[in-house]
Amino acid sequence: MAVKYRKERIDRGIKARCDDIFALTSHREMLYLLLPRALPVALLLIFPLLQGVVGLYWERVVTFSCVIGLLALSWDLMAAVGLISLGQAFFFGVGAYIAGALNYYFGLPPIVTIPTATLAGALICTLLLLPTLRLRGIYFALFTLVLPLFFMRIIEATKILGGTVGLSSLSPLPNVWVELYVPIIALLVFLFAYRRLLFATDYGTILMGIRDNDRAVMAGGINIYWYKAQIVFIASLPATFAGAFLTHYYQFVGMPAFALDYSILPLACAVVGGIGTLAGPVLGAFILVPIFEALRAFGTLRVAMYSLALAIFVVTLPEGVFHYLRRKYHQFERLVPIGVEEGG
Amino acid sequence: MSEPLLKVASLSKRFGGVVAVDNVSFELEKGGALGIIGPNGSGKTTLVNLITGYVKPDSGKVFFKGRDITGLMPYQVANLGIARTFQLVRPLYSLPAFKNLIIPLCSPRVKKLRGGRYGDRDAVALDLLEDVGFERDSPVPYKLASSLPHGYLKRLELARCLALRPELIIIDELFSGMSMSEIASTISIIEKIREEGVTLIMIEHRLRELFKVVDRVIVLNFGRKIAEGTPQEIVENEEVKKAYLGAEVI
Amino acid sequence: MLTSILVYGLINSVILALITLGFTLTFGISGVANFAYGAFYIFAGYLTWTLLNQLGLPYFLAATLSVIITAFLGFSMYWIFLMRLRGLVLSEVIATFAVGVAILELFRWAGFVTYEFSLPYLVKGSVEVAGVVVDLQRLTIVAITAALLLFIWLFTRHTKIGLSFRGIAQEEYTALCFGINPDRTAALSLAFGSAIAAVAAIAVLPLGVISVNTGYDVLLIALAIAVIGGLESITGTIIASFILGYAQIITATYLSPGWMILVYLAAILIVLIVKPSGLFGKFKELEERV
Repeated sequence: MAVKYRKERIDRGIKARCDDIFALTSHREMLYLLLPRALPVALLLIFPLLQGVVGLYWERVVTFSCVIGLLALSWDLMAAVGLISLGQAFFFGVGAYIAGALNYYFGLPPIVTIPTATLAGALICTLLLLPTLRLRGIYFALFTLVLPLFFMRIIEATKILGGTVGLSSLSPLPNVWVELYVPIIALLVFLFAYRRLLFATDYGTILMGIRDNDRAVMAGGINIYWYKAQIVFIASLPATFAGAFLTHYYQFVGMPAFALDYSILPLACAVVGGIGTLAGPVLGAFILVPIFEALRAFGTLRVAMYSLALAIFVVTLPEGVFHYLRRKYHQFERLVPIGVEEGG
Repeated sequence: MSEPLLKVASLSKRFGGVVAVDNVSFELEKGGALGIIGPNGSGKTTLVNLITGYVKPDSGKVFFKGRDITGLMPYQVANLGIARTFQLVRPLYSLPAFKNLIIPLCSPRVKKLRGGRYGDRDAVALDLLEDVGFERDSPVPYKLASSLPHGYLKRLELARCLALRPELIIIDELFSGMSMSEIASTISIIEKIREEGVTLIMIEHRLRELFKVVDRVIVLNFGRKIAEGTPQEIVENEEVKKAYLGAEVI
Repeated sequence: MLTSILVYGLINSVILALITLGFTLTFGISGVANFAYGAFYIFAGYLTWTLLNQLGLPYFLAATLSVIITAFLGFSMYWIFLMRLRGLVLSEVIATFAVGVAILELFRWAGFVTYEFSLPYLVKGSVEVAGVVVDLQRLTIVAITAALLLFIWLFTRHTKIGLSFRGIAQEEYTALCFGINPDRTAALSLAFGSAIAAVAAIAVLPLGVISVNTGYDVLLIALAIAVIGGLESITGTIIASFILGYAQIITATYLSPGWMILVYLAAILIVLIVKPSGLFGKFKELEERV
């Protein structure tokens, strides 16, 4: 009789040994735990030091990856509460224009405009999205989809804030170190802050509860709308920051700040990287953005391809790359025969 | 006599053409236990939804400790001290059982009553689970809520209510789906809750078990209150028998 | 002046209603918010243009083929992408949005952006209505919309498919008990909505030029009207179209045409604050979903 097999997944030995304080018993175990966390962070922090060597192209790629990573991180935090944003470009554009306007009309330097734009932008975005928080999730998605398109058309029609031409000759960033380090550090700070908030506090437990079953959370005496509003504000910060930063990086702000690219890319990064993990979307950004830049020759076809890939990913691999990698790291698979033969 | 804890005055609600609750009034004094019974579709759950703020009444008022709470949001009602369970249990599936209780422990009400920081709450949650019958030193409290059997989920609902430190608990069909032994242990849990001074409202179909626990019963049929009294009086009431069994019985 | 506002307002409103109808229908029947709606609209336009100019087909053949092919596109989008995501509302939204953007940007890349792309008028010439000059094309649009509404009304009351649409829309679980296949009905609802989008495209696009940005605009319009009128209600769509249609014309006449877009934004914000489920929406706010 043929023996049938089934697939079995078991934690690796080293994972089992690391599960408690025993992780401190040997260097190998400590390395196992630290490596996946420390290595990417170390790489990111060292990268700017190579600035003269790697060339402008790679500098731009890393910077842009950080920017998209910030947008993707922002998206993931909102998604963790059940708010799906189809328009990260909205937050990005608001931050970009506030920074640009402060610089252009009032002559304020980047050190002032960027933080102001980040905070004020987050506040404005939250206020505009407030009406949707009481409603079904689809209204939030709808509104975030519609707002950047609206703002683009308003600017085009009323010609305010530079109209179709935009505001140019804005102040640049002080030096190349700032250009490279600021987005990287911002990304890491937000990433670790959010991970702590979501996974290591009771606040985070409440957030996950809201995503799961908001009525049950309400029955527990929690004002879910206030929490949702807080999260929209907190999650907007990296996105508005990204917009403000890029305005001074390019020394220009215009209608393209609300472009669809800034909405689709972070979404794709989150889906590919792994929704809900916070680190996943950032990982996704560092995978997808370099590819995106490399495909520059294709022009707008890129967006089409990314959108299509996004749709396919959502359907076929919803858990994302991060979960897959993590599983592979911690567990291995083997085939086990079903049924017990005599003896045993 | 002092104010009743809960006073419901002429609550009514219709959904489209259907009258769900029709001019229902009752009072409940502190420390009492009230049962609400009635055939399916008689408006029991809607009545609870009206009291706890999930549905806004068309007319009528609800008073809790003398204060008008009609139309308040569900979380405001909860923070005033009214906890409720759901007929279709609503745990937070992706979280472990004890983490489910963290949420009410973070509510403004509990924060005011006990304070506490992160880490403290886990211990409180585990204590609460033990109170409702989860085995203490077992992996059960740490399991994901999605993997718990039905009886445990019902008790988790109850724990969620207790976590809020309520003055009034409204339980919607606690015994349904439980085995006889589970019901017996649950009844002793409920009796313990009552001893601590918590007022109780229970909606139930299993009348024999219910009548062991409550002092008074009201009966709803087609949204109207058709009877009120002690369990003994209700059992002998002709209207109630007709409502449950149909007019042709005797 | 007043009569011209009345007449142009009416026509504008009908155009808006026609554009939105397909979206509302799909959502009302199967709860699928088709964020690729604008893409389908433009797809139908380009397809018709291609059939007319590249293949030289006669007008009505091209138009009919477009409607059928667009309907098929909607059907397959459901079958390929959405069937697996059934019930995960937010994944559905991401998927349809992504498909929509993919289609639109594909057209943009393929170069469909110049002024050559326009559809011919169905009827040429103009006529006077109540002292106001109106071109026949616009009147035809009104006629088409009325006919379409009548068709939908009859279809959903007297055909098996139509009745199953209403059944699923009203109470999905009960409809399942009657043997109505929800996947098939949802796919058909998408096909239906896309077909209506195609009809709208063929009727309305001749008034201007087919451009990729119109695709986004159409989605914007459909979403705005759907939110105001109630996401799933056809009556709401019509009423909201009239409100917005007239508001637009009045703004354009007394302020400047550039401010029309603000009308949309203001209307949506007001509705969301005052009556979030829309004028005729069924589902109320979060708490009332008992």
